[in-house]
Amino acid sequence: MILNQFLILAAILFVMGVYGLLVRRNAVMVLLSVELMLAAVNINLVAMEAFWQTTEALGQILAVFIITVAAAEVGIGLAIILLIFRNRRSANVDELDLMRW
Amino acid sequence: MGFEDWIAEPLNWVFAVVALATVFSGFRVVTSPNVVHAALFLVAALAGTAAVFLLLAAEFLAWVLVLVYIGAVIVLFLFGIMITRAPTGRDDSKLDHQRRLPAFLVSLALFVLLMWGLISQWGDTTIDRITAGTPTTVLGEGLLGRFVFPFEVVGFVLLAALVGGITIARRDLSPAEEKERESK
Repeated sequence: MILNQFLILAAILFVMGVYGLLVRRNAVMVLLSVELMLAAVNINLVAMEAFWQTTEALGQILAVFIITVAAAEVGIGLAIILLIFRNRRSANVDELDLMRW
Repeated sequence: MGFEDWIAEPLNWVFAVVALATVFSGFRVVTSPNVVHAALFLVAALAGTAAVFLLLAAEFLAWVLVLVYIGAVIVLFLFGIMITRAPTGRDDSKLDHQRRLPAFLVSLALFVLLMWGLISQWGDTTIDRITAGTPTTVLGEGLLGRFVFPFEVVGFVLLAALVGGITIARRDLSPAEEKERESK
């Protein structure tokens, strides 16, 4: 197995996440795209860990932290979207122009 | 290392199948006109990620991914989709911006940049043959030894985020409703 096959897979996933982040209007779909990008970063970390073979499995420990923070991000992100939807009757990011100058 | 050598290794067949499935699912996550389908394709993409972790001998992380993401996060997403009543029909225009070309160009440019960096840096460096999985003991000792402080901090962040999420999403009673409740 070469290292680049994993890194390129991660790059493809990350770029698709960026595309979704830019193109989706619905805030829940934007969060889905962010999850895709975080999964790509995790693949990168685990592949690098398999390459360097550190004794403490540092790459995998960092990936554990990313998974935890991603879970926190989803929880609070969905709560915010819910609140915005309740106040504005819409969860589309382009209609949230309350603070637009 | 030529393509013939690469494909001669049986593990690489598995990788090719998993990678294709993951990329296809990821593509459908960002292009599917149906929000519920997009969330379910994210399940497939994350399952593919977990399979890649297994190929890289990270068993514990693979199952953590299955439990935390597929078990919990996706359920949260489905709740979010249902509560915000996102358009679940096939109407494409409501879910996506009209300006897809700039987004496509930005991601294409990023992709070219990443590919250029990866290929020029790593070329066909091989990963040494992975003989055994990463023992969970190593991860546990790392998390509760050298990284115990970040571990506690991240646990606190998760707790604070979830308590904050509940506080934000709770519907406050209007003064009239509060008075009504008090009189009962």
